[in-house]
Formats: sequence, structure tokens, C-alpha cells
Amino acid sequence: MRQIAIYGKGGIGKSTTTQNLVAALAEAGRKCMIIGCDPKADSTRLILNRKAQNTVMDMAREKGTVEDLELEEVLLHGFKGIKCAESGGPEPGVGCAGRGVITAINFLEENGAYGEDTEFVFYDVLGDVVCGGFAMPIREGKAKEIYIVTSGEMMAMYAANNISRGVLKYAQSGGVRLGGLICNSRKTDKEFELISELAAKLGTQMIHFVPRDNEVQRAELRRKTVIDYAPDHPQADEYRELARKIADNKNFVIPTPITMDELERLLMDYGIMES
Amino acid sequence: MSTAIKETQKMIEEVLDAYPEKAKKDRAKHLAANDPTGQCSACQVKSNVKSRPGVMTVRGCAYAGAKGVVWGPVKDQITISHGPVGCGQYSWWSRRNYYNGQTGIDTFGTMHITTDFQEKDIVYGGDKNLDAALHELKELFPLAKSMGILSECPVGLIGDDIEAVSKKTEKEFGMPIVPVRCEGFRGVSQSLGHHIANDTIRDHILGKGQLEKFTPYDVALIGDYNIGGDAWASRKMLEELGLRVIAQWTGDASINEMGIAHKAKVNLVHCYRSMNYICRHMEEQYGIPWTEFNFFGPTKIYQSLRKIASYFDDSIKEKAEKMIEKYKTMMDAVIGEFKPGLEGKRVMLYVGGLRPRHTIGAYEDLGMEVVASGYEFGHSDDYKRTYPEMKEGAVIMDDATLYELEEFTRRLSPDMVGSGIKEKYSYHKLGVPFRQMHSWDYSGPYHGFDGFPVFARDMDMTVNSPTWGLIRRKK
Repeated sequence: MRQIAIYGKGGIGKSTTTQNLVAALAEAGRKCMIIGCDPKADSTRLILNRKAQNTVMDMAREKGTVEDLELEEVLLHGFKGIKCAESGGPEPGVGCAGRGVITAINFLEENGAYGEDTEFVFYDVLGDVVCGGFAMPIREGKAKEIYIVTSGEMMAMYAANNISRGVLKYAQSGGVRLGGLICNSRKTDKEFELISELAAKLGTQMIHFVPRDNEVQRAELRRKTVIDYAPDHPQADEYRELARKIADNKNFVIPTPITMDELERLLMDYGIMES
Repeated sequence: MSTAIKETQKMIEEVLDAYPEKAKKDRAKHLAANDPTGQCSACQVKSNVKSRPGVMTVRGCAYAGAKGVVWGPVKDQITISHGPVGCGQYSWWSRRNYYNGQTGIDTFGTMHITTDFQEKDIVYGGDKNLDAALHELKELFPLAKSMGILSECPVGLIGDDIEAVSKKTEKEFGMPIVPVRCEGFRGVSQSLGHHIANDTIRDHILGKGQLEKFTPYDVALIGDYNIGGDAWASRKMLEELGLRVIAQWTGDASINEMGIAHKAKVNLVHCYRSMNYICRHMEEQYGIPWTEFNFFGPTKIYQSLRKIASYFDDSIKEKAEKMIEKYKTMMDAVIGEFKPGLEGKRVMLYVGGLRPRHTIGAYEDLGMEVVASGYEFGHSDDYKRTYPEMKEGAVIMDDATLYELEEFTRRLSPDMVGSGIKEKYSYHKLGVPFRQMHSWDYSGPYHGFDGFPVFARDMDMTVNSPTWGLIRRKK
């Protein structure tokens, strides 16, 4: 079983990319599971064709404690049998969502949610690594592979670099490795070259360049992945390609994060930023 | 530099030698040989800074200072330990702040309330839980005059808005609901908790009470927590002196009297460390002078009575002299009874923020000598007040570690050690006579004319108990 965590700046398309690539893996007959580590609980919507109603933490709150919870209540099955679970958590501005992620993952693990035949577990993690809770998927030997979703926008690259620092910390204390950057294109200037170069600086690869296509939005509006909604569309093949590359990936590294100055220099070298 | 100072410095250096280089350098700043004149700069200790990890400090936390010391004794307030159950459970009635009243009806001193955080409160925030607790308490205890919300660490970590809950409930209930941000990770010791608690009294209670009749002899007794009845012993004396105690902070205190303290003519301060903040505020805001006093042992009592009387007219000054005359016979009798057994005995003290200096006079009245003293959480102003009270070359220790306490005990061979519950049993194992000087070992009072006979008896009991002869003292 491979456990994979997907990180990236908020709004970059982590959940969409994850669900599409998992749908492609499932379509190819692989047994997959997605664990949403975000209080918004929207990491499995396209797989379940609806928003997950029962998150681990919401159910735990309703029942009093997490010990009162049954696995069946929070483990759902979606497109091609993909297992789905959401950690859930508080509204913005209250409580501690990070603790929710820790509690939820521990619950799923202790109750054997991953099963014996699952080949891939994907953790879709909120925004940046904001506290210990959101690093949970890469701690204690859980996810050993990280992919960072980014684009050619400066703040997305900044976040990717920042996440690499988090990965570096846990790479030294545990076995976690960076598997590559996924460029979710925003059609910025020289985006392919820029992200390839950033990946090289971080000591990794740009595993795939996902072009921008409105078919993704059309599918999303129908609560579906492109694989599910328009399997013959060229964009579906892009996700199949990404899925294949991740399944075959052998390139796992301890990242070499760069400084803010180096990042700015990179943007200058590619003529994105004036010196 | 005198020989006494040099010898003590040499001993301190030897004790420090056991530490690794960095720890040694750090701890050296907190240990000194006393110079009563305060001239020797090497004799000033550093204080009120972060404890060194790994050295087994005796200190507590901000929550301990705010809840355990300042707010806890207020009898008609319900004090809530907001967070997981442990902090409330383990601080339950640990300081014996006596009070009058019907517990569970109009007073709540020995009762402990906690919001008992569970995982879901951490993840979703504890505000709803707190709101529900306040409403339940209001229904259960309609005679409560105030409720205090004392934050434990997790509340600060998850950023719960306890102020919003307080504000809303305060309006609804028509009584003070006091949010106290005393998360244990704040500050370096319990000292910051005292300050935070003082500030919340200032913001939510002080000045809100009504006092209808005034007299020129109205005073507030500040910083007496009525441990073993201390505040009662002191109050009795102030009343005999002809003064009217309109407020007692916070031993046996009510919310109302804390609300009218700003009407006092003088604030009389016993524990300076924990309550100087509110006194300074009342001085600035209401022009009320404050003065420190010490009711441990006759010498300090006589001095203090005269000092307090000096703020009032001749009738009070006369009463002070009469009181001294009246009680002197009794005090002398106590000294006559216990001094022969205690004369020349040497004491080592390590207490909180007041007693390391305030009890010295009482020991000296019994012919004893304090050879080492130190504070868990004193500041430089506490040490400045301590140097002149002690003999040249005595050991001054700040935020002492268990190792240092044991090592100084071995080297100084005191006849008794006065410290807290955490130190008590290690001293028993060392075979050294020991007295708890936070809780009076469940005895008391020790303050005032009532207290000195008890103090003298207890010290005699400690030092001269035949029990110690049955234990082989470790060298």
C-alpha cells in the first residue's frame, strides 16, 4: 500500500487534481482511498457525486467522543469503489482544525479503514502546512510520498517551497520523500519552464504539467471528475497520464528548499519579475 | 569584600561545579552571598527570567498564580477552570483559604468547577461548552456574585474567544463574568498570573461596588489569602487599632468588598509580590497611598503597627502603643517558652514571593537565624527588600533547583528547612526537620498576635521533634 499526501497553496486545485487522478487510477482497476484533511470536507465530492455528509469529527461531536463512532458511518464508497473519508472540523475562526485531522486519522487507522487490498491512500491536505496537525499525514510513517500542486504564480511557488521545508523536516526524522511537483496550469508566462526549473532547484521533478481546460469546471459543476463526466475528453487523458506517472514514479527525494531571494531570482531569470 | 561573603561565594562555586558549562554560567547569576548594604554588585541575584530546562525548578505557572493565589480565595465568586480537567483537579483547595459562609449556597471556596474539555471542544472550540457551563452554574448557584473564567493552556492555543462569551453572559446575568487569560505557558512563573489576575480585578470588579458610609479610618487589607486564618488574625488587630477594614483581598473576600476597596484611605499590603499591581493602580487612579506591613513575629508586628498608625491621627497612634504594651507580655511569654529550645538554630527558607523575607523577623524573635533564603518567583524589588533583612554572607537563591536546595542543605546543615509540599518529602528522606511554609503544614494562623504562638510552637515541634533522632541523617 502506498500512502501519498497532496499539498499545495489554498485554491490551487489540490482536491480537483487528486480526485481526477484517483478516478483515473480506479478506472485502471487500482484500489484507492481518499482521506480529506480539511474542515471544509470537499475532498471527496467529485468521487461521491455529493458532499460527504458524515465527517469523522462531526460524527464524533454528535456522539460525544470519537470512541462512540463506527467506521461504516464515516467510510463511504464512490466512483469505481473508491473509499472516501473526511476528517471534518470546525468553522473558520474557532477551535483547532489541526487537532481534528490528528484525531480523524488516528481513528481511521485504529479501525482498519485502509483495509488489506487498498493499493493507494491519498491524503488531501488543507493549504500550507500550518501546524502540527496538518503535518499529521506525513508524520509517524503514514504518507511516505508527497506531491505538491503548484502553478507558475509566485505565491503558489512560494507555498510549494514552504511545504518543501516542512517535508524536509519530516524527511530527516522519518522516511517521507518528495515525489514531484504537479503543475496545475494557470497559463502564466513560461509556466512549464518555470516550474521545471523550480522542481530542479528543489531537487525533484515536475511530474506532470496539467493544462488548463474548462471541461474540469463543467465536470465539477456536476459533482464529477472529468474521468467520470467526459471520459473521452483530452483532459481525461491528461489525468490518466498523471495517474500513470505517479503509479510508476521511482524518483523520491529529500527536497532542497530555496531561500526567498533565490525564488525571486528565479522569477527574474524567467522575465516574470523585473529586477 | 568581607570574609563571610567570600566564603559563601566559594561554597556557591563548588555547588555550581556540578553543572555543565552553560547551565553553570546561567545558574551562577541566580545565586549569591548576601550583602546587606546592597553595595556589592556581585551579590545581586538575577530573577524573574525563564527557568533553565532540566534543572527541576519548583515554580508553578500563570494559571496557578491567577487561580490558586489571587482569584481562588474570593468566596462568593464561582471560579471556573476552563479547559481539560487536570489543572482544576490538581489545584483543588490546595491553599486552604479559609472563609465564612455556606459552601454551595452563598460561598464556593472549596468547590471546584471545570468545563472538562474533551477532544471535540479542542477541535470545535470550547465556547459553547463554556456558555452552557455558565448557564448551569447560574441556575445551580443563584447567590453567586460573579463568575471567573480561568483559561488553561489549550484555550489559548486554539484561540477561544472567552471575552465574547463573558460579555454576552455578563449582560444576560447582570453580574460580572470575568475572563482571565492566565494560560500556563505565559510568563516565566506564577508571577505573571498574579499580574493578569490583578488586571482583571481592576477591569471587572474594582470601583463597581457602593460604599454608603465613610469613616476616616477605612482601610483595605491587601494580599492576605487567609491561609489557616491569617487574614482574620490580621483584621482583628487592625480593628483593635481603631481602623475599619472595608475590604480584605482576597482571603475570605467577597466581590462587593473588592468593588469598594477604592474607597479606602490607605491600602495595607501584606503580599507585595502578588498584589502590588492593583495598589499602584489605586494609587494612580484614586490617589490612595499604600504601605507594606509585616505581621510575622512581635518585632515586625510592633514596627508595622506603628507604621500603619503613622498614616492616621494621634488617637490611632496612641492605640498602637497601647496594643503593643498590652500584647508584649503575651509575646514575651511565648518567646520565654520557646526561645530556649530554638536559640541558635539555623533555618533555610525557600518559598514563594513574600515569606522568604517576611518570616525572617519571626525566626529571629525566637533566637533563630535564617542562613539561606530564596524565592520561586520573586523580582528584583523583592530581593532588594530581602538583602537588608539577612546577615552578611547568607545564601540568596533565586528559582533554586532541587539539586541546589539539597546541596546547600548538606553544606550549611540547617536545623530546619521551610519550603513547600514538593520539597517536603525529599527533606524527610534526607532526615532534615522540615516545615511547609506555604500552607503552614495545615496549621496556622501564623500572622499577628494570634499567629505568633502557633508559629513558635510549630517551629519548636519541627526542630525539636524526637522523630528526627530516629532517622539517620544523610551527610
